[in-house]
Amino acid sequence: MTFSPELEAKFAKMVQQYPQGRQKGALIPMLLFAQDEVGAVTPDVIAEVARRLSVKPVEVEEVIGYYTMLTKEPRGKHHIQICTNVSCMLTGGEELFAHACKKLGIGNKQKTADGQFSLEETECLGACSWAPAMLVNYDFHFAITPEKLDQLIDSLKKTQ
Amino acid sequence: MADPITLTINGRALQVPAGTLVIEAAKKHGIEIPAFCYYEGFTLQAACRMCLVEVEKMGKLQPACTLPAAEGMVVLTESPKVVDARKGMLEFLLTNHPLDCPVCDKGGECELQDMVFRYGAGESRFVEIKHHENEKQWSPAVYYDPARCILCYRCVRVCDEGLGVGALGLTHRGVHAEITPSHGDHLECDECGWCIDVCPVGALTSGTYRYKSRPWEMNYAGTVCTHCSNGCKTTLSVRNGEVIRANNRDRSGINGEFLCVKGRFGFDFVHSEERLQAPLLRKDGKLEPVSWSEALAAVAAKFGEVKARGGKFGVIGSTRTTNEENYFLQKFARQGLGTANIDHHRSGDVVTLLDALKGKTDALATVGDLYTTKAALVIGSDLSQQHPLLAVQLRADYRHHQSSTYVVTPGEVREDQYAAKSVRAKAGEELAAVEALREDLSKHESLVILFSDAIKGEAVGKLVAFGDSLGAAVKYVCLQDYSNSRGAMDMGLLPDLGPGYHAAPAAGMSMDQMLAAKDLDVLWVVGANPLENTALASESAFVVVQDLFLTETAGRADVVLPAASAYEKTGTVTNVCGEVQRLKQGPKVMGVKSDLEIMGLLAKELGLSLGIWTADKVFEEIRKTVHGYNVALPVIATGGAAQTTPVNGGVPVTVRPELIRSAGDTLFTSGTLGRYSKMLQGVMEAPGELYKR
Ligand code: SF4
Ligand code: SF4
Ligand code: SF4
Ligand code: FES
Ligand code: FES
Repeated sequence: MTFSPELEAKFAKMVQQYPQGRQKGALIPMLLFAQDEVGAVTPDVIAEVARRLSVKPVEVEEVIGYYTMLTKEPRGKHHIQICTNVSCMLTGGEELFAHACKKLGIGNKQKTADGQFSLEETECLGACSWAPAMLVNYDFHFAITPEKLDQLIDSLKKTQ
Repeated sequence: MADPITLTINGRALQVPAGTLVIEAAKKHGIEIPAFCYYEGFTLQAACRMCLVEVEKMGKLQPACTLPAAEGMVVLTESPKVVDARKGMLEFLLTNHPLDCPVCDKGGECELQDMVFRYGAGESRFVEIKHHENEKQWSPAVYYDPARCILCYRCVRVCDEGLGVGALGLTHRGVHAEITPSHGDHLECDECGWCIDVCPVGALTSGTYRYKSRPWEMNYAGTVCTHCSNGCKTTLSVRNGEVIRANNRDRSGINGEFLCVKGRFGFDFVHSEERLQAPLLRKDGKLEPVSWSEALAAVAAKFGEVKARGGKFGVIGSTRTTNEENYFLQKFARQGLGTANIDHHRSGDVVTLLDALKGKTDALATVGDLYTTKAALVIGSDLSQQHPLLAVQLRADYRHHQSSTYVVTPGEVREDQYAAKSVRAKAGEELAAVEALREDLSKHESLVILFSDAIKGEAVGKLVAFGDSLGAAVKYVCLQDYSNSRGAMDMGLLPDLGPGYHAAPAAGMSMDQMLAAKDLDVLWVVGANPLENTALASESAFVVVQDLFLTETAGRADVVLPAASAYEKTGTVTNVCGEVQRLKQGPKVMGVKSDLEIMGLLAKELGLSLGIWTADKVFEEIRKTVHGYNVALPVIATGGAAQTTPVNGGVPVTVRPELIRSAGDTLFTSGTLGRYSKMLQGVMEAPGELYKR
């Protein structure tokens, strides 16, 4: 399979950044970028990345299984990750997560029927000072309250 | 090698080569350090922490499996601190372990059980509900129970490093971590079951054995695999006369613990419902079951009559029957029936090789040599598929000794993964391709050349001349098809050569000629299927067949005598490298007789005196009379392999190369025999194709 010309160019450069014989190092970034473009790490993506980096497909599976940021199932257009680790838990992260479940009508690692939202409970995002924290795709949102969360979700719905 | 160093383990001063791992140093001197993830011959994992030891002047406990021994090191392997740590590790390992030992296949031979028994993690501080995942079937051969898995990575490493298949991986994290097969929910691999074998617990179980027995309720018979020519030693687990498992956990034999799918799972033909269990005699055009005495009398009467009138016999022997049987058959044919028409299905040109090697000693490689040679050249064979053990040996030699393997094949092979050079050459162009590798090959001080039936006749002589010109110590392996293909040659199942490659008193017809002879009176086939794709030209020929199954050849027979398989008898076989090993009887099948006994009874019926027909007696005769077979008896009696030293020159070569044709089996086929193994037929990879990976 081939990717968009921009991504192909990116991959070509990436592969050269690793010492000869260590191209395997490009595995995680390649999977992430491919996932962003394709929507998920599909069987085709797995086979293709394995081929390009000369690793066995099962090694790619190992990496996907290990990292929660990689997914084989397509996520919603807006992927919401709410932290419930210690700092966030102490400042209402768990309630926030429960609120999001109710608001969206979905549970952890689920997707709304229209494919707009998906939700995930996540570990520390490294933003403890501004807890509770959450992510929408790659964007951080800090010091979230249930009201702010409602507003955020509503505004995202409008941008559809 | 660097100077040895001295370290002290449990108060004993030990000398080991510098760089030796503490776990190995201890083992060499009889001190066991428990280990789950450490597995000799494979990369280090340091994942299980069972091997922790106390080392003086080192603050923390150290994993003995990755710690190189150093001068003056003082190690304690069973101190209270160590014992406590191990107990703690076991408590962790048991956090989610189901402890279903009473029904687990591994119960009684489980390393986890043994360790818990020894260090006693009898109580657990964990009160949480155990995380559970259900057992999964990955293939007809391999099942996985994640709950029992201790994540030692042994299976992952043998599959990847040992075989180059790499079908297993470890995915997810923490309590969710588990082994994953190559294709998500199932395996597509070699189906060799090596992963099952090395699993220290009952997480990987075998399709043929699971939930069938307890290890202490079986009898074990160490014998030799009856499929390909590599001659792996296999230990059959027999329960109530039935084989339910084949493995070689004690690593005795040339193959250590390795077995391919055929050796590990392809034994089920023994108990196939299609096995012939009574002699058949053609009456009014139909094969009818009869008694042994009636069948033998019918054969003897015909043999006697044709012999008396000087009629034409044709005798075709087997590539799977024992040396004793092959020897006895040629004796029967030549002395008993007075015919020179004897042959078998030839798959490698051993005859010309031996002739070309005249005057040389030590020019035939053993299976062990493939693990120590500096370089190897494989010509015209998809080694991983056709000679799995030899392929595993070469790969291990590369892994452990950085040897160089060169490949000259018509298509892609798995050896390409690590080969120093791979060359694609069409049939007939192999020698030119080999010549082009001259410069590379002459760099190495030792070389083993393995060649298939692509090199035969004159080409063999040219290859040996090429080997001579390299100035290295060159050894050869002439690749052949089945478990006793080599023995059939050595024992003189050839129209022009007798046992030990001595010229036969008279030259007879080849197999092809017998099948094409319109005036053949009797065709006697012992354990072969020459009529699979060929019709017998002589319509009136009386055909006698000894076989396990009603093959195409047996279907054409006038008398069919049900034979015992290699797993049901004693005797010896000779592998592709000329190593003799002894068979040991495992299961028993009602109604059949060994080919040797059948021939003995026939000889008696005919009033021939061909000597006593017990395997031991015939082997005594072989040792005395067949050149090169004067092997040390204790070696083979104790389950070892003794290399024969065949004739050193003087082989009269009248070989017709067109008669040498390998059947071209893949990893999942085994000639006619393979058709009767449900397991070989049942795996999704079967029948497979050569030169695909
Ligand atoms: S059966 Fe053999 S090839 Fe298949 S996964 Fe297990 S070790 Fe690998
Ligand atoms: S399946 Fe067995 S060999 Fe493989 S990691 Fe688990 S315990 Fe180890
Ligand atoms: S490599 Fe050959 S001898 Fe060994 S187990 Fe497989 S078929 Fe049997
Ligand atoms: S605990 Fe939520 S960001 Fe650190
Ligand atoms: S054997 Fe040393 S850590 Fe597993």
